[in-house]
This record gives sequence, structure tokens and C-alpha cells, in this order.
Amino acid sequence: MAVVENLPSPSTERPIGFGRLKRKEDARFIRGKGTYLDDIELPGMVHGAVLRSPYAHARIVSIDTSAALAHPNVAAVVTAKDLETLGLAWMPTISYDTQAVLAGDKVRFQGQEVAFVIATDEYSANDALALIDVEYDPLPAVVNARKALDADAPLIRDDKSGQADNLASPTWEAGDERATERAFAEADHVVSRDMIYPRCHPAPLETCGIIADFNPETGQLDIYNGNQAPHAHRTVYAHVAGLAEHMIRIRCQDIGGGFGNKVPVYPGYVCAIAGSIVAGVPVKWVENRSENLMSTGFARDYIMRGEMCSKDGKITGLRVDAIADHGAFDSTAQPTKFPAGFFHIVCGSYDLQASHVKVKAVYSNKAPGGVAYRCSFRVTEAVYLVERMVDALALEMKADPIDLRMRSFIAAEQFPYETTTGWTYDSGEYAKTMDVAKKIAGYDDLRREQAEKRARGELMGIGVSFFTEGVGAGPRKHMDILGLAMNDGADLRVHPSGKAVVSISAQTQGQGHETTFAQIVAEELGIPPEDVEVRHGDTDKSPYGLGTYGSRSTPVSGGAVAVVSRKVRDKARMIAATMLETRPEDLAWEKGRWYVKGDPEKGAMIEDIAARAYSGEPMPADFEGGLDAQVIYDPPNLTYPYGAYIAVVDIDPDTGHVKVRRFIAVDDCGVRINPMVVDGQIHGGLAEGVGIALMELISFDEEGNCLNSSFMDYLIPTALECPDFELGETVTPCPHHPLGAKGVGESPTVGSPPAIVNAVIDALYEPHGVEHIDMPCTPARVWAAMQGRPEPPQ
Amino acid sequence: MQTPAPFEYERATSVEGAIAALERLGSDARIIAGGHSLLPMMKLRLASPEYLIDINDLAELAYIREQDGEIRIGAMTRHVDLLKSELLARRFPLFRDAETVIADPVVRNRGTIGGSLCQADAAEDLSAVCSAAKAQVVIRGAEGERVVGMEDFHVGPFMTAVGAGEILTEVRLRMRRGAGSGHEKVERRAGDWAIAAASAALWVDGGTIDDVGIALSAVGVTTIHLTRAEELLRGKPPSDELFAQAGVIASEDCSPSADGRGPIDYKRHLAGVLTQRALRRSAARALSEEA
Repeated sequence: MAVVENLPSPSTERPIGFGRLKRKEDARFIRGKGTYLDDIELPGMVHGAVLRSPYAHARIVSIDTSAALAHPNVAAVVTAKDLETLGLAWMPTISYDTQAVLAGDKVRFQGQEVAFVIATDEYSANDALALIDVEYDPLPAVVNARKALDADAPLIRDDKSGQADNLASPTWEAGDERATERAFAEADHVVSRDMIYPRCHPAPLETCGIIADFNPETGQLDIYNGNQAPHAHRTVYAHVAGLAEHMIRIRCQDIGGGFGNKVPVYPGYVCAIAGSIVAGVPVKWVENRSENLMSTGFARDYIMRGEMCSKDGKITGLRVDAIADHGAFDSTAQPTKFPAGFFHIVCGSYDLQASHVKVKAVYSNKAPGGVAYRCSFRVTEAVYLVERMVDALALEMKADPIDLRMRSFIAAEQFPYETTTGWTYDSGEYAKTMDVAKKIAGYDDLRREQAEKRARGELMGIGVSFFTEGVGAGPRKHMDILGLAMNDGADLRVHPSGKAVVSISAQTQGQGHETTFAQIVAEELGIPPEDVEVRHGDTDKSPYGLGTYGSRSTPVSGGAVAVVSRKVRDKARMIAATMLETRPEDLAWEKGRWYVKGDPEKGAMIEDIAARAYSGEPMPADFEGGLDAQVIYDPPNLTYPYGAYIAVVDIDPDTGHVKVRRFIAVDDCGVRINPMVVDGQIHGGLAEGVGIALMELISFDEEGNCLNSSFMDYLIPTALECPDFELGETVTPCPHHPLGAKGVGESPTVGSPPAIVNAVIDALYEPHGVEHIDMPCTPARVWAAMQGRPEPPQ
Repeated sequence: MQTPAPFEYERATSVEGAIAALERLGSDARIIAGGHSLLPMMKLRLASPEYLIDINDLAELAYIREQDGEIRIGAMTRHVDLLKSELLARRFPLFRDAETVIADPVVRNRGTIGGSLCQADAAEDLSAVCSAAKAQVVIRGAEGERVVGMEDFHVGPFMTAVGAGEILTEVRLRMRRGAGSGHEKVERRAGDWAIAAASAALWVDGGTIDDVGIALSAVGVTTIHLTRAEELLRGKPPSDELFAQAGVIASEDCSPSADGRGPIDYKRHLAGVLTQRALRRSAARALSEEA
């Protein structure tokens, strides 16, 4: 549990196992030699384009496709009517709702799929969209989740029998309502805040797309599609399209970012598959940027009211009432038994007396999705709420926000710790991590600097957040998606030369799997990482598993690779015993080698054992030969990474412009397999957090027009908005993970927005009395708050 | 991928050839220079010209030089060259102020001054910069050249004095003593369009403001020329109080609309703040120039 401050000096040695190592995949990425979906050309391939609704809510009176069909390069125009005959007009979402593949009765959000054109080339397909004549009868739109609950709100889901309102699911609760009431009744201080985690978008640089290639002769359906869960997609396609699962192969080529956006099955995918089955030729469909921003899985959109109380200087109770805006169809990503995702991890890092959480879910005339954008199923919303509430309480108590956190933390000796909403946190030494952050930041000096600047009329803020996440879904007994257990497999084959191939269920979208998972095998078998090839993202070549999202790769697939490596090592021990003419129990392991206890000179290297495993030499009794193994890993619990983040902002008092001057991030994700990859993940996630806090917003006007459908209007941050991130670490191993590792990919995106908003409020509260600003903290919104007119994002 | 509607493409090899093509093809033809406004509009199908006349081969239009007491800038001069020009930085530092915050290096490597001015997007920086600097532009047609001052250049939203069959070929900046200038911009993110921006240029002679230009970006349907504030300043010694008054006029004389960048009151407020800042910066530079 060494505390390492700042970065260790880079080693020139290549580690055999864990350690800082440049990513294997970067050789092709930085040379522009990756292969993305749109790089793939198949013989005879045709192209699809989607006609989308200009209205947020309208009845479809008629669709006339004759002019489009007359276009010389158009092969087909598919509408809901055509899909109905195939039984494909509607598809299930990952939250047991249904979603229109192509709208037949009415459109329910702007950008909804109405028709699918197939043409010889992409240009013609897009030209033909303008030739389709759709007559709409516009209806009033609902874009505000609160108004969606009004008695006179237009009914959005009239397709669902028995649906009389816009509630997407029954109110979901966690915690103990009466115990929470008691905690508030006994409290010294109580605060409440209304806050919105506005709708934002994962916006991966590569948009979504697919090539569907159905072979009518063999009945084989080949799919090329960069998605985050290829095995689950294959099962869904088998159910939806009535295809035989073993005749479907999905290949994920290089993926230009996913961030949750590439978890769902989108209507364009189903249209391309249907098109290929009907036409018997490969159909490619790649959405453009506007389509990605307007119609695919958004994130957040939570309206929350938080109440927090303290007694004797310590946080004691929390009450949360939230409305989740799911858009027109509930395709939220979350394990089945958790309708509000992991939102009830909202108790955060604190030893509370009681808490109670209520979440209502509504439909609106906005794009469906609710994907976990670099987030474990609503952990981001939860962390934002609790960390904003702690700062609000600190203001009320006139306490330093770090001191209040320190006094309220779950103590190291309380782990494993059961929270008041039912989570069992695995391990943590929170105060230690907070201290490291405080030290790197020079917190006391920063407070002095702030006081001096404030006296001169300058606006400087220091914001803290201390997050705890639950990641790595998950244990089979608690977690499934569409009935599929959230487990991952691994298959390891060591070849006669001692080189290995490991196949995993999770596939990379930029996280560095090809390096990290090779390092796990390397660590466990003592062979160089470059001798381990990682296969992933091809359903024919990898074991079944649920994919990469929710920071689950290292917790679940990483566990699988560790376990499969140890199985192979045990097998190697049997063979080594035969080679060394001794008993397996007389052998001891050191990296790469089994040797005779008491006679360390006498041993066998893993490559010699591998050669032997495939040879004609004598084998152990009952031994089948070969050096390989296969496992399915069912994690016993989630892993609970955490971190202490401190943001320093300067605000231009005349323009409201916020500059994040410093950002200190001390993460504890347990054992770090490749600290360089971890640093990279943290840098990327912090940048996304800066974006969400300062500029990212998907907004709508009252008619439901999406106002952020291009990168001109949907801003993502650049290096210029990001400070030189100051990273630190503590290492508290996960007690139940085979490697002691926890997930980390999402920590920075989850933890950084509240630190930045807390810093903005810290700058503005004293001089301007600003108690809260909803994100994004754009100059205009900050200035309005300074004038006493804070406005929620639309 | 975002795909434009079909169009024909022609590559001009001379200014005369480009003008001839414009005359031949009429109003369905558009000149394409850097393309960083036109191409996105075409890909979003907000613009669907039938013909594009590409003038990127016209190297004779890419220059920044001193001639006859003027700085002359060819229309095909790229943003990056305006940014790097020491001549401009010395004589008209507002160019470097602006170019530092125009879009990003990729756009600056391609986009041109002529393209920016002819696009006449009110949110674009160089129109305000050239207006404040009292630039003149040279417009060439089949009949010959004419020179138009920036005060007469903007004739409406996205509309300029460049007529049918004409091309903007050059921007001229008269060099005068005691000059100082500055450009101030607030944006939500580096590379975003301005929420508001202000350009100012002052010419100080003997401690008083001999001449002044002030223009605003992104707070109206066209670039705003702050003539009322210019009149107030002319003939007076530069002072913070005077600039504050100019800021008040800027807030009054702009006509912003509300959008994702901010509401109207905020944009008016910014116009005032940035006008003051641009004037203060211009005055500091002018006085150090004069000294």
C-alpha cells in the first residue's frame, strides 16, 4: 500500500508483467494505419442512408417514396411498412422497452428514423433522402421532464397498451425513508439544492455504423460494427431477426471511441441487416456527425433535488429525489435489477446514519439513450449530486469542504463497508488519499492566495470532490442485461514456442487492452508482453462476455485473464514435474519458471514446458497435452475505486469566463497493471470532465428542435481548456480481485465535474452569493448567476 | 460522412480566368478559397452551389507587402501567414490578436482573408479587424478594379459590395504614425465562434486621438461599425473614462440575438467590456508607438 506521489521516473526497461509500457496498438494508431469501419470495402457493397424526422412529435400521415425509387442509383427505400412484414418494425431496448426501428405511426423525437434508402453509393443515398415525401401532422412536444408529468401533457408512448401518462417506469427507491427522516430531525444543519445534470453526449470521434453482409447461399450473416458488446449484440440480433446465433459473426474493427455510445443496437443497424438479408449484398451504413449527436445514446439528463444534514460536525443523512429523462424510448443501459442504474451509490464516501433515494423515470420527445457515458450506470449523476451537496453543507456549516469530508469519511477499518443504500464497498483509505491531493495542491497556500485575490476583486475558486465508484458489473447473482449474466471469459493458448494468444470477451475502443491484457498474462506466466497476442472483438474468435463499458474490462475480463493464466501455470507445473522427475508439490514458481524447492538450479522455463506440452515426450498421467485453458469469470463483487480531486479556477469578473488553472487528481484504483495506460485514461477522462462542466450540452427549444447537432454547437474541449493535469496515486488493493485491481476508466469523468463546479461556486459565493450553477458553466451562464439570475439549462 | 449535393468543379489558373468563369456560370457559381465556411455549409446542405471555382492555385494573390505607404494583403493570404507576419504585428497588432483566437491551426492553415471578408459572417473576426483598421479592399471584375472602404463593404447579412462577376483581390491598410490597435474576444472554447468580439484601432497625435476605428463581431446580423463611439473619441486625449463611455455606446449600438452562446443582455454587456478592453490595449500600444 505504498503511497506514491507524482509520477515515478520512467523506466527504460521493458517490464515482464506490470509496469509502465508504451501501448502495442499505438504503432498503428499514430501512423494512421488503424482499420475503422468506414475503411472496410466489400465487393458489391451498397450504401444506406436514414431519413430522419424534422419534428419532435408528429403523426405520420403518409410516406411517398416513388421519387426516391426513381433515382437511377437507388436500389430500395425501406419504411416501417416494409419492416412490419419482416416483424422488424419495433425492436427491444436494453431496458425491456420497445423502440421503433422506423417510425410508422408517429415520430417521437427530432431525428427519429423514418426511412432507409439503399443506393449504389453514399452520395446517391443521401441525395435520395430529399426525394422522399413525408406528410406529418405535428403534435405538441414535451422536452421538459417535469412538464412531462403534467396531467395535460401530450401522451408520447400511445403505442404501449395501458400507458396513460409519460412515466417510463414505476418510482424506484433505495435506502430507509423513516431512518432518514429521523436523521434529518436530529440534525444540526440541513441544506437542500435543486440541480440538473444536463443532457450531454459521448460524441466519440468515430460515429456509429455497420456493414451487414448476408450470404443467401450459406445463411451466414457477417457484421462489421464497432460496438462495445459484440456478443450481446449477436444474441440480440438472433432474437430480433429470428436468425440462428451460430450463423452470425460480428467483427469489431478498430473503434474510434465508444464511451457508452456504442453499447446500444441502433435502428440503422437493423435496417442495414434487413437490407442485406433482402438484397443479398453487403450494406454499409455510417451515420454522420449530426445523426450521431441527434439520435444516438445521450447521457445524463437527471433532474435532482438533494437534501443533506449533519450532526456534531459530521454528515449524517441524505435524501434524494430525482427524475430521469429517458427520451422517447427507454433504452437506458443498466443491469436489469437496477432500473435507476447504480444511482443509489449516491451516499458517496461517507459514513452516513441514513439515506433515502427516489427516482422517477419519464418519457419525453427527445432522443432515447441514457447510456452510461464513461460511467457505471448513473454513478456520475450520483457522485455529482453528493459532492455538490457536501459543499453546500460545508457552506451552511461554515466548514472547510476538505475538513467536513475528512470528518465524515468511512474509516479504513470499516471496510468491507455496507452503505445505507445497500452497496458493499470493498476497500479504501480515504483520508490518506485526500491528504495526498491536499499536499500536491498546496491547499493551504491556495486558500491564502484566494484570500489575497479576493481582496483585490479577483475571482479564484478551489473545488474539491471525493468520489467513490462501483465498477466492474458484475456478480451473476445480482447483475444481468437482457437476462445475460455480466460475466466475461478468457481463453489462453501457449504455443509450442512459448508465445501465447489470449482471447478475451471485452474489446478495446482505445483503452489499451492489447497491451494491458498481454501484461497480465506476462505477469502471471513470466513471458514478455510482446510474446502475448490479445484477440478481441470478433465473436468467432473470442469467448462469450458482455463487453467493454462501466469500467468493467480490468475488473471482469482482467480477472478472467488472471485466472486463466494461473490455470495454465498450474498445468505447466504438472508438465514441469514430469520433466524434472519430481512431484508438482515439490516445485516452486518464480516469474517464467518452475523449479525444484531446495534445488533452485533445477527448473524448467515456461517455453521449455510449452515445447514439451506439444511434444511426443512422456506426459503426466491423465494429461491431454497442450498448454491452454479457458475460464468464465464471475466477479464476487463490484470494485470500488475512488479518488480525491482538487480544481483551481479563475473567473474573469467582467465576462464570466472560467479558466481551469490547475487540476489535481489522486486516484486509487488498486493495483495498477500499466500505470502509463492508467495515466492516459485519467487524462482523457479529466478532459471530458472539463468539457461537461464548462461547455457540453444537448439542449432543445420548446418545439423539441435539437440545438446542438454539430460540433459547431456541441462543444467538446480542446487541450487549451485543459490544465496540465497533476496526477497522484494511492494503492489500496481490491481484496476480491485476483490482481487487486479496480476499474479506472471512468473515475476521472465521474469525479471531475463536481470539483470544477464546486470551484466555480467557491469563487462566486462570497463576493456574489451564488449558491449553485447548473452545468455547463459557460461564460453567459456564470455571468447570469453573478447577476443573481442563475438559469437551469434548457 | 456528411455529403454535399452534386456540383461541378473548375480550377482557375488566373484571376481573369476566374472572373470569366463567374461571368459565364452566373449566380449558381461560387468561388472557393480556403473552403472552411463554404464546405461545411455544403455538407450540411445549407448551401448547394452548382459550380465551384477553385482559386487555390492563384499564388499571385498570396502576399503581405509594403507598398506606397500601405500594407497590401493578397486575398488568398492564409490566416497562418497573417498570424506570423511581423510587419502586421508591428503596424497592426490587432491582426495577431485576432488570428491567435481564430478557429484552430487546421483552419488557419487553409482559410484566407479574402474568404473571411467575402463570407461576411457577422461572427467572424477579420471583418471587424479590417473595419477597425480602416482597411480598403480591391474588387476586380471584367471591367477593371475598384477600391472600397470597409465602411461601405458590408451591405447586409452575409452580403458584401463584391458584385456578380467580381472577386476581392486585395486588402489595403494605410500606415499612419501613432497607431495602436487591439482585438478582444470571448468564446466558450478555443476555436468556437465569438460570443462577442471587439476590434479597435487608434491613431494618436500629440496626446490626442487623431483617428479611431471600432467594430464588433457576433453582436448583430452584420459586423457592427461603432461610428457613434468613434465620433466621441476623435480629438480627445485617450483615458479610461472616455473608453468606458465608448463601452456604454457599444452596449447600446449593438443588436445581438439570443442563442446558445448567451442571452441578449449578456452580449450587450460583453460588447461594452470588450470595447473598453480593446481601446485600452490600443491606446497603450499607440502611446508606446508615439513615445
